[in-house]
Amino acid sequence: MAKVVLPLEVARAFADGVTDHDVEARDVRALVNALEARFPGIAERLSRGTAVAVDGEIYQDWFLEEVRPDSDVRFLPAIEGG
Amino acid sequence: MGNEEEIGKIIDYSGRDFRYIGTRTIRPDGVDKVTGRANFGADFTVNGMIHGRVVRSPHAHAKIKKINVDKALKLKGVKAVVTGADFPEIDINDKAVGEVVVSYYDMAHNVIARDRVYYDGHAVAAVAATTPEIAEQAARLIEVEYDVLKPVMTAAQAMKKNAPVLHKHIVTAGVEPKPEKPSNVASRTEFKLGDVAAAFADADVIVEKEFSTQTVHQGYIEPHACCASIGADGNTNIWCSSQGQFMVRAYTAKICGMETSKVKVIPAEIGGGFGGKTVIYLEPLAVMLAKKSGRPVKMVMTRDEVLRATGPTSGGTARARIGAKKDGTIVAGELELVYEAGAYPGSPVALGCMTGFAPYDIKNVSCVGWDVVVNRPKAAAYRAPGAPVAAFGVESTLDVLAEELGMCPLELRLKNAAVEGTQAPYGVKFNRIGYKETLEAAKAHPHWSAPLGPNQGRGIASGFWFNIGGTSSAEVMVNEDGTVIVATGNPDIGGSRASMALMAAEVLGIDVERIKPLVADTESVPFSMLTGGSRVTFATGKAVIEAAQDAVNDLKRRAAKIWDVDVDQVEWENGQAVCIESTQHKPLTIAQIAAKADKTGGAISGRANINATGAGPGFGTHICDVEVDPDTGYVTVLRYTAIQDVGKAIHPSYVEGQLQGGAVQGIGWALNEEYVYSDDGRLLNTGFLDYRMPVASDLPMIDTVLVEVPNPGHPYGVRGVGETPIVPPLAAVANAVSHAIGKRVTDLPLSPPRLLAVIDGK
Amino acid sequence: MAKHHVTTTINGDPAEFLCETRQTLLDCLRDELGLTGSKEGCASGDCGACSVMLNGTLVCACLVLGVEAEGATIETIEGVAQGEALHPLQKHFLEEAALQCGVCTPGFIVAAKALLEHNPDPTETEARYWLAGNLCRCTGYDKIIKAVMNAAAEMRGA
Repeated sequence: MAKVVLPLEVARAFADGVTDHDVEARDVRALVNALEARFPGIAERLSRGTAVAVDGEIYQDWFLEEVRPDSDVRFLPAIEGG
Repeated sequence: MGNEEEIGKIIDYSGRDFRYIGTRTIRPDGVDKVTGRANFGADFTVNGMIHGRVVRSPHAHAKIKKINVDKALKLKGVKAVVTGADFPEIDINDKAVGEVVVSYYDMAHNVIARDRVYYDGHAVAAVAATTPEIAEQAARLIEVEYDVLKPVMTAAQAMKKNAPVLHKHIVTAGVEPKPEKPSNVASRTEFKLGDVAAAFADADVIVEKEFSTQTVHQGYIEPHACCASIGADGNTNIWCSSQGQFMVRAYTAKICGMETSKVKVIPAEIGGGFGGKTVIYLEPLAVMLAKKSGRPVKMVMTRDEVLRATGPTSGGTARARIGAKKDGTIVAGELELVYEAGAYPGSPVALGCMTGFAPYDIKNVSCVGWDVVVNRPKAAAYRAPGAPVAAFGVESTLDVLAEELGMCPLELRLKNAAVEGTQAPYGVKFNRIGYKETLEAAKAHPHWSAPLGPNQGRGIASGFWFNIGGTSSAEVMVNEDGTVIVATGNPDIGGSRASMALMAAEVLGIDVERIKPLVADTESVPFSMLTGGSRVTFATGKAVIEAAQDAVNDLKRRAAKIWDVDVDQVEWENGQAVCIESTQHKPLTIAQIAAKADKTGGAISGRANINATGAGPGFGTHICDVEVDPDTGYVTVLRYTAIQDVGKAIHPSYVEGQLQGGAVQGIGWALNEEYVYSDDGRLLNTGFLDYRMPVASDLPMIDTVLVEVPNPGHPYGVRGVGETPIVPPLAAVANAVSHAIGKRVTDLPLSPPRLLAVIDGK
Repeated sequence: MAKHHVTTTINGDPAEFLCETRQTLLDCLRDELGLTGSKEGCASGDCGACSVMLNGTLVCACLVLGVEAEGATIETIEGVAQGEALHPLQKHFLEEAALQCGVCTPGFIVAAKALLEHNPDPTETEARYWLAGNLCRCTGYDKIIKAVMNAAAEMRGA
């Protein structure tokens, strides 16, 4: 089961404040769909201005990144620059 | 290897001898720039062009009751006038999806006001006429009736109970339950690790301080400028300087209600951006004026327009609280940031929260950020957006902690330094990083142990920036004579073209002189994300490397045909195709293979369209010596050393330049730069005389140390370098000043009158 | 209102243009003569990006009226190189990476050339104060000053 950590605001808005979840999925898209099944509306929120870090590697435009059974998956604000 | 070069394979190049990487070549666009031949945004003329001027609100907050353009239209030479009504309505929820959240609604309204104005300088109308003088005259003839409202000029004012609310549709996001009443507080963001309350309870020493900073501008010397030309079929050409021609295309098309493919953006050289040119201001106005008038329209901002009406960065406050054990181990960190977003939401406060404590291995961290709208121009990105102010708070407080502990501030940082595997405040574990190495370099540097005299003080501070990857495209085209063109879609704001040529040279094995790197327009190269986030040398460099590898594969296939051997018999060495097995086949140079391109299948090229991942963060440590005149509060920077983990310096001179330039922007931010507003919200310092940026006589040489800890995510170890340098200086200077005067300074800028008040205990 | 007819000498060549009273020399160079090497950064004489020589004196072209060019001798960035031969200052700026975005560079080259004509052996402090009227936001001035000092040394034959 991949360990998923949601941003605090998203957890509070959709998941009763619980940030850490166990999800089984083969890629980030499937993982988000699995979260959507549990917390309707969360997919749209995670698709907006949100990057994801899978095992330490940050992806700004997440979609099909592989998620392994023991992966650490964290959603965080998209990072801009100057 | 005889097989196809594995494209994009991550190879550890540490310790490898490069042939071209790391050399200090003359940049390819350099001769044009030292002779005045290079064309920047305002240097374009188009046949038949007319001139546009913007009418701007003199009020910080007002309703627009009426705009009367009749008199302007009657003036001979006036060809068109536009107001907000000429632009399509954008849905209030329309946001750029993916990437950073960009509200198209806010952006469109910022470009030209609709029913309200939100800052002194907010555009309300634009006019185009046959000469700049007539356009200016016409602008004065446009009559705007305002219903002036009370402005809120600071976050503190905006957050007060009965403060006028700027936007009725904004309720504070990130707060549960969702509030019902609209607010100037656009959002709250929070990052948490561990259990901060318990950790503070366990600490031996706790220090807490509050800091404030003011609005500062990116300060690029080139004002915004563009020229737009639209044909009767709607095909639009825009010449402009920006940090991203594809960004200009996308945003202009959106705001003007046009199809993306109707807009072509040709990038000019850019005279500084630093994040401030990652958004648009003039282009939609020029396009609509061109459409209405049937003539190309040129628009150039004046300096006071740049300061009044283009994104400065957020001023704000930082409250930092740090708890540690007696031995200096930091056990808890707390940060609360309040940033002024300007007229529309979107300050970089979340990034401040994520970066403030990032250089340190702290298991228990709480960072809260508030994004607050005020009647100032909408903030735009400024070099490591959000990080400098947060670092100012954290790094100053660390200095105070070091004093409390009786510990050297450098040793305190060494003891708690983030290393590979440390979990950052935003939860992600660092890959290979070089923070500790910068501290060790600082310790070993002669600056750190140089003696100080009376009224002098030394400050040290560190900083962090993520650096990003992103979508980049590159085309490598081999000419008939074996010279090569490398085309990418990223404006060159710091010398990146030189680095593109060096990286291509390294892969191809040919002299840099035979490579011409260019920045292509939106119709000549596939989409590339804008220049920013310290991403170009990393991400576009990666695309160039992969495109060059693709070209090498093509060259090998052609050589195989010429020799009539299998392609797995061909290797590429030092710019030549070499046949491994037979000595009857002499090596072929690129020029020789290119001469036979037609015979072997057509033109030779390679390409790569990537979304680069594997960006490596950058850490910097700066040492600053100052002398303070106790009678005037004047601060002289005596000595400055900027040390940074730069991964692999592709072109060391331009990497040093980034450290020096960023450090000096930070020095200006710390010592003198600030927006000064009247009580009714008019910007008072609208020129370079009073918006005082550092000049040559203010500064010593800025010494640099490039620490190279390669980033495993890039074939040559590249880390972004451009943004990290602006993060440490605010605290480095403030810490130095604090030591010089024997009192802690917490409010920037440390201009003479402000500092004198601190010295005198007022 | 009728425009003024101005006859002048620019980079050694005779030149003439028409201008309104209110147009600055910078406006005239850029918009009437197509000499866009001098840049407008502020139009208030604070940034030096429009530095030119007027009768042998370093000035901000944005603070000079176009009509003042009548009968005068003007040197701009376009006249610094001699054909393909770069001036030592231009060479050193390139070799020492004394430019990043390059928009302030024409002003710096003209101003530094004026410095070295006035004082061929400036100290670092003298160079910094002479060039304090030229703003650069990219480089932090370090490499610019080094390039100027090294060009000066080369020109002295040192």
